[in-house]
Amino acid sequence: MTKKESAKKGTVGVVKTEYFTFSYPPDYFILSNGSQIGPVTLAYETYGVLNENRSNAILILHALSGSAHAAGFHSEKDKNTGWWDLYIGPGKAFDTEKYFVICSNVLGGCSGSTGPASINPETGRAYGMDFPMVTIADMVNAQKKLIDHLGIKKLLAVAGGSMGGMQALQWTISYPDMVESCIAIATSASLSAQGIAFNEVGRQAIFNDPHWNNGNYYNSRIPKAGLSLARMIGHITYMSEKHMHEKFGRKFQDSHQGKAGVSSEFMVESYLKYQGIKFVERFDANSYIYITRAIDHFDLKEDFGGSLTAAFENVSANYLVISFTSDWLYPSSNSKEIVRALRVNGKNVNYIDIETDNGHDAFLLPNEILEKNIKNFLKSEFKKSEF
Amino acid sequence: MEEYIGYDLVVEEIPERSRVLDLGCGDGTLLFLLQENKGVNGCGVEISEEGVSRCLEKGVYSYQADIDEGLSDYRDNSFDYVILNQTIQNTKRPDLVLKEVLRIGKKVIVSFPNFGYYRIRLFLLFKGRMPVSKLLPYEWYNSPNIHLLTIKDMKRMEKEFSFKILQQQHFSLVGEGKNKIFNFIKKIVCGDPHTNKSKSCKVRIMPNLFAQYGFFVITSKKDTNQ
Repeated sequence: MTKKESAKKGTVGVVKTEYFTFSYPPDYFILSNGSQIGPVTLAYETYGVLNENRSNAILILHALSGSAHAAGFHSEKDKNTGWWDLYIGPGKAFDTEKYFVICSNVLGGCSGSTGPASINPETGRAYGMDFPMVTIADMVNAQKKLIDHLGIKKLLAVAGGSMGGMQALQWTISYPDMVESCIAIATSASLSAQGIAFNEVGRQAIFNDPHWNNGNYYNSRIPKAGLSLARMIGHITYMSEKHMHEKFGRKFQDSHQGKAGVSSEFMVESYLKYQGIKFVERFDANSYIYITRAIDHFDLKEDFGGSLTAAFENVSANYLVISFTSDWLYPSSNSKEIVRALRVNGKNVNYIDIETDNGHDAFLLPNEILEKNIKNFLKSEFKKSEF
Repeated sequence: MEEYIGYDLVVEEIPERSRVLDLGCGDGTLLFLLQENKGVNGCGVEISEEGVSRCLEKGVYSYQADIDEGLSDYRDNSFDYVILNQTIQNTKRPDLVLKEVLRIGKKVIVSFPNFGYYRIRLFLLFKGRMPVSKLLPYEWYNSPNIHLLTIKDMKRMEKEFSFKILQQQHFSLVGEGKNKIFNFIKKIVCGDPHTNKSKSCKVRIMPNLFAQYGFFVITSKKDTNQ
């Protein structure tokens, strides 16, 4: 084996994003709030092979800033892997030698799916703030169209972390007959007030950037400062205090500068700035506003008289719920609430609270316990579904 | 880590296709055996992440939780059987746990190390310190067994906790130790193991004195009146 080959072991290799467009007018896609939109395009990627029974398909749902590109590389030269490459690939948690893995960019996103940056066919200009409000359920309804298009009647699993977990849970409630199992990681049946507060500060950063211009910036300068500030705030909430301390401590970025003056920079500052700058290159500010709004409004209890138990009454999926002990954005108590509602209904549920210092971000970082449990869960669910 | 104490008796007791909740399910072996042999619909509760991970390996559903933190959201009679196998003596409030399991389970299996076992009594009598043995292998200061009880204690609770004892199968583990006298006593008080595979032998004579473990099947009196 050459060096290059060994380095690529465990990867799905070079992958290509595909696109599926549906709901051409007049057959508009109807959103939860009654408004309509069409046509709608979803960007998606698939890894592995769909088996003959079409029983090995897993839908991966991404979080706020994710995309359809969950694993592999986009070209031979590409150095950046997909966002969940640690967990998707041959021999990994979502083993592409066994399963057919699908990931699509959400409705309202900006990585190939229809969103505020897309051209509104009625005006010939980008939607901007004319884009209708989308919910997590709308994202799921759009994904359902894609799954139908791929000829899959039943998904072996829906899986995701954070907002991805919200979509996974929503899938099991919206389409109970289409989901064999659900993996919901570091997520919640509804975001806490604290979570909404942080999202709002991020949005305000964008709104207050003069270049935002009420969302009309697609032909001029983009609201870089606002969006990168929103991302910096986000990053703080994704890390635990301990993780941040261990990673950066009180170290200065440039040790020569020392405590010279107000311009001297701590490592943690330059890390956040770097994250902000990097984000602006690939993400649309309006999408950030729409998607965070969808997260804020997500509440599984809402349609069920305020009862989460009632929400899960008719689900038929088996669940794996995972939280992280140091996640303060989506704390373990949020996951426990989901588990409680499921078990009161007599549903099959596994729950693990994984001890880690990595905070909310833990699901995107290497974690043996996470990997092992996803793997084992899928293995037994696959066995049961074939039975 | 697991000794699988009394598993054979539990598997024997539970009918096919029952709905079972195993509190303190450890690595899930008991639920796995019940699934394989009796086709039960089972669920476990386990305090350690390691335990839940091991359950997942076996395809057994379980969730990480502290039993003491409550079972209150389960509906009445949700389960045909609730199992408290070598667990009740580890809980902070056995009284509250017992009340809850009697409510959520139609029948409850309670099995625990019997503190009335004569060798434990002898240890305390002659050595004058907290018994440490194969049965209770911990020092007093690091023992998870924070609420030890005897078979007689359990019987005495019948009235106050308004349950009815449906069955008692107090037992000792099969196998001989070094001391010939103790082996002889075991031989006299124990029935033969139920099957060749059995690890437990039922103690017929004065179980509170001669059984290493208590084993009760109980039910809430409120149910039996129906």
